[in-house]
Amino acid sequence: MNFFWRMGMLLAGMLTVVIVLWVITGPSWTDLSWVMPDNTVSTFGPTLDNLWLIILWVTGIIFVVTEITLLVFMVKYRHKEGRKAEYIHGSNNAEIVWTTVTFVIVMALAFYSKGLWDEIRDPNLIPADAYQIQMLASQFEWNATYAGADGLFDTADDFISRNVLHIPVDRPVVVQLMAQDVIHSFFLPEFRVKQDAVPGMITPVWFEATRIGEFTLACAELCGLGHYTMSGTVIVHSQADFQDWLAQQQAAAEDD
Amino acid sequence: MSTTTATETHAGTAEHHELSFVRKYIFSTDHKMIAKQFLFAGLMFLALGGLLAVMIRWQLGFPGRPLPVFIQWIFPDTMAPGGIILPEFYNSLVTMHATFMVFFALMPLMAGVFGNLLIPLQIGAEDMAFPRINMASFWIMPVAGFIMLASFFVEGGAAGAGWTSYAPLSTSGEWTGVYMGQILWLISLIVLGFSSILGALNYVTTVMNMRAPGMTWFRIPLATWSIFVTAWLLLLAIPILTGGLILLLADQTLGTAFFRPEGSGEPLLWQHIFWFFGHPEVYILILPAMGFVSEVIANRSRKPIFGYHSMVIAMVSIGFLGWVVWGHHMFQSGMNPLLGMTFVVTTVVIAVPSAIKTFNWMGTLWRGNIHFDTPLLHAVAFVALFIIGGLSGIFMASAPVDIYIHDTYFIVAHLHYVLVGGSLFGIFAGITYWYPKMFGRMMNEGLGKVHFTLSFLFYNMAFFPMHNLGVQGMMRRIYDPNQYEYLQGLQPLSTFISISIFLFATTQILFAFNFLWSLRAGKVAGNNPWKSCTLLWTTPSPPPHGNFPEMPIVYRGPYEYSHPDREEDYWPQDEPPETSEAGGQLAAAPSPEPVPGD
Amino acid sequence: MSQGAVATMDRKPMPGMMVYNKKLGMWVFLLSEVMFFTSLIGTYVILRFAHPDHWADVGLVLNVQLTALNTFFLICSSVTMVKAFAAIQEGNQKGLQMWLLATILIGASFVGIQVYEYMALTGEGFVPMLDSYHAVGRGNPHEGPSLGGPLYGATFYAMTGFHGAHVSIGVLCLIFVYVQSLRGVYTADNHEGVEVIGLYWHFVDLVWILLFTIVYLI
Repeated sequence: MNFFWRMGMLLAGMLTVVIVLWVITGPSWTDLSWVMPDNTVSTFGPTLDNLWLIILWVTGIIFVVTEITLLVFMVKYRHKEGRKAEYIHGSNNAEIVWTTVTFVIVMALAFYSKGLWDEIRDPNLIPADAYQIQMLASQFEWNATYAGADGLFDTADDFISRNVLHIPVDRPVVVQLMAQDVIHSFFLPEFRVKQDAVPGMITPVWFEATRIGEFTLACAELCGLGHYTMSGTVIVHSQADFQDWLAQQQAAAEDD
Repeated sequence: MSTTTATETHAGTAEHHELSFVRKYIFSTDHKMIAKQFLFAGLMFLALGGLLAVMIRWQLGFPGRPLPVFIQWIFPDTMAPGGIILPEFYNSLVTMHATFMVFFALMPLMAGVFGNLLIPLQIGAEDMAFPRINMASFWIMPVAGFIMLASFFVEGGAAGAGWTSYAPLSTSGEWTGVYMGQILWLISLIVLGFSSILGALNYVTTVMNMRAPGMTWFRIPLATWSIFVTAWLLLLAIPILTGGLILLLADQTLGTAFFRPEGSGEPLLWQHIFWFFGHPEVYILILPAMGFVSEVIANRSRKPIFGYHSMVIAMVSIGFLGWVVWGHHMFQSGMNPLLGMTFVVTTVVIAVPSAIKTFNWMGTLWRGNIHFDTPLLHAVAFVALFIIGGLSGIFMASAPVDIYIHDTYFIVAHLHYVLVGGSLFGIFAGITYWYPKMFGRMMNEGLGKVHFTLSFLFYNMAFFPMHNLGVQGMMRRIYDPNQYEYLQGLQPLSTFISISIFLFATTQILFAFNFLWSLRAGKVAGNNPWKSCTLLWTTPSPPPHGNFPEMPIVYRGPYEYSHPDREEDYWPQDEPPETSEAGGQLAAAPSPEPVPGD
Repeated sequence: MSQGAVATMDRKPMPGMMVYNKKLGMWVFLLSEVMFFTSLIGTYVILRFAHPDHWADVGLVLNVQLTALNTFFLICSSVTMVKAFAAIQEGNQKGLQMWLLATILIGASFVGIQVYEYMALTGEGFVPMLDSYHAVGRGNPHEGPSLGGPLYGATFYAMTGFHGAHVSIGVLCLIFVYVQSLRGVYTADNHEGVEVIGLYWHFVDLVWILLFTIVYLI
């Protein structure tokens, strides 16, 4: 038992180090969650979280099985006096099995991903009745332009909301992303939305809020000195409140 | 057609028995000395990159707190006034950490050190094909490194647009406040490209042309195979980067508009060029480690490598597939979303050869006779951590999931599992395994085990929780995550990670000490301390100029361990078969490759 | 065998690829060069498809006739290079020297004509810079609308400039080989240097034919 005793002591020592540092710095155990945070507020968010969970299960099982096998091999086949390794060059059957199995699993995951990718990103599948907003990212702020009453951009009743994106609940929204200077990335963690805003390009990104409330808008692409400050808020209104807010902003815009 | 081998250079030097100090240690054309030069230079840049990482983690672990007393005095007010790291300096730290680690530490430590050391010795050549080009390949590297280092001291500081230097952020100082630093970054990498290409040119030519008689393609040890594939990737990928860097430099200095949207340039074109280079580059950084690990695991478990042919095929196919997956770095970039699925499919296909390699390593350990030496521990850690890095890659290969985790700490965790858990542990395995051949002495085993254990522990403590930060949505390259309310609760975990990194970095002092101390005081190694089959170990330690006393003849594969008919548990590649006379046996062997020429 | 002593091999292996190292090395290096030009040509193709308005019609800005003549020169230099190699294969050192000199002169005049072309083009406002690009076209006075856009100029100079640099390096290498040939280094049995520089020269020539087609003719 000498070997196991020593390994046990080693593991116990390692665990002690982890626990001591954990207690000193004081993170919460829930920080170590591998499941997506339960905060999604977009229509496709739950599907994406579900896909994450599937991949987590598949990779998790492979992870546990391979690492345990590795450990067992290490212990079981450790050097002992007088033992000789077996003279094995490999096995074609084994190669065929694990090549095929891996191929099938990853292909299944790839094609399972396709549906959701198309739903979120296929330009032809953007809901036609979506509410249009133009978003101009610049160092280091988010300028959302609303079309005003006439529903057209580049007219007098347009107005800009800085660093706060107001959207209605239960209605698809298309944000036409643009950038003034460098590349920024439009990241709404709770909506499971991320899309780079590239200068010289207009990139549409759509989503539909399922809950009223205030959420985070972040920049996820390094965009210069103030990148870390380039945050904003998404405010999801009820549809009626959103209309009120629009009317109010428009009136203010016309007064100027 | 002339068939003389280009050995004039060697023949010339061979006549001088005593080389001058300069020719022997500085401008040496001996591949083993060049390997050592790469080793020392690479380790120094590794230490530098590590210090930059420590600075980054200080800011993230203790945002806004001044650096510890002695360290804060090092930095001028333009970087860290009162010891508090400025946002612009943080951006430079992030950029330069990655640049130094990728281009000046990992690449030289893998291809530079082991390409030079292993290729001639493992295939039975007296030196590289072009020794003088080889020397140039090394000396360009510190020049480029010096230019890169100098960028810290110019006005505006070092480049701060990330190691990917996405245009248009990188095209003009008006976006970053960095003018000269970015230009020096570009020039340094252009210069460094020549080093890589000259090195790779040598590796490819040497492997193809200078193998000893009987060293058929499928008798080449896997470490050499891995560097051969890597060398092809270097040869074909580096010029792409060089072209892109030159165009970006023109945008910076001449005022062209290749990537600047105000002149109709295409920012995404830079990303395509960068990642078309960048993904093969990823394999440049991991394939050699795979080779070292194969070598160590077969030797230390005293067993033939499981599935030698499929190991080779897997490496070659990774080399090919690496060219068609670059788009997976760009799912959220604004690239046509309809291209997304193509890149998803090509990307997941790469999981197949990676899995084949992993299972074959495990198959090699199975029913082996595993010796728990430092090289083996590092090699097995490589496999264990590469599994994690590989599996976490599947998350981001799935384009819709990547929407969420792109540019978060999940990516940081993934790439550090591959490049630290994979490449760095692979390098440790390689250094500890081949150290006796390089320097004639063994590294201290006890110290090595302590270093390994602490490294493995602190490494995982540092990087495993980064996955979880990513799951919570923490972005990478953020100077102060506490700016975001939803990330404030994660500060204790960031501190935990930072302290683990400090411990990991401190542990490396053990390695440095062991490395330097063993140069003088290590146990004398003898020719073949690991009882290995490859040609490399038939030479004296360290091998003399010219390597082999006489041309070795190869009779069998490189991993003939524990053959049932033999007393010894290894069968060197160059040992003539006992049954019949050497010549007849070799001539009878079915081999499309050249048999000994006279 | 004592440490530090010099070992010598008593047998040399046959080169695995059946060609000598320098030639194989040059082939491998040229593959690397192919990738370098791929990055430049790829950039050109992508930018041109994305912004066709930046390109002027054939012949309006670039001097096709002059460059066609230059192209013909470069092709001739490949012929003289072949002649040089053929001469030394037969051990004809005088022939080698003569043909090498011819190759050098033609190569140098290619570069010279390119420099002249660049001076004329920049004089007409065809420059790579975004801010100062104002191509007026051949023979026009310095007023009038700008033809094409800065991407035209930028890609033109990037591709032809780096090709020109390759030709110049080639000429320098040829001069080195020429000096060696004057010293009688090359013989019927030993002419690796001539063959290897020849490979490079033909490659540069081939790249030019491709560049001439896509830059000037399309």
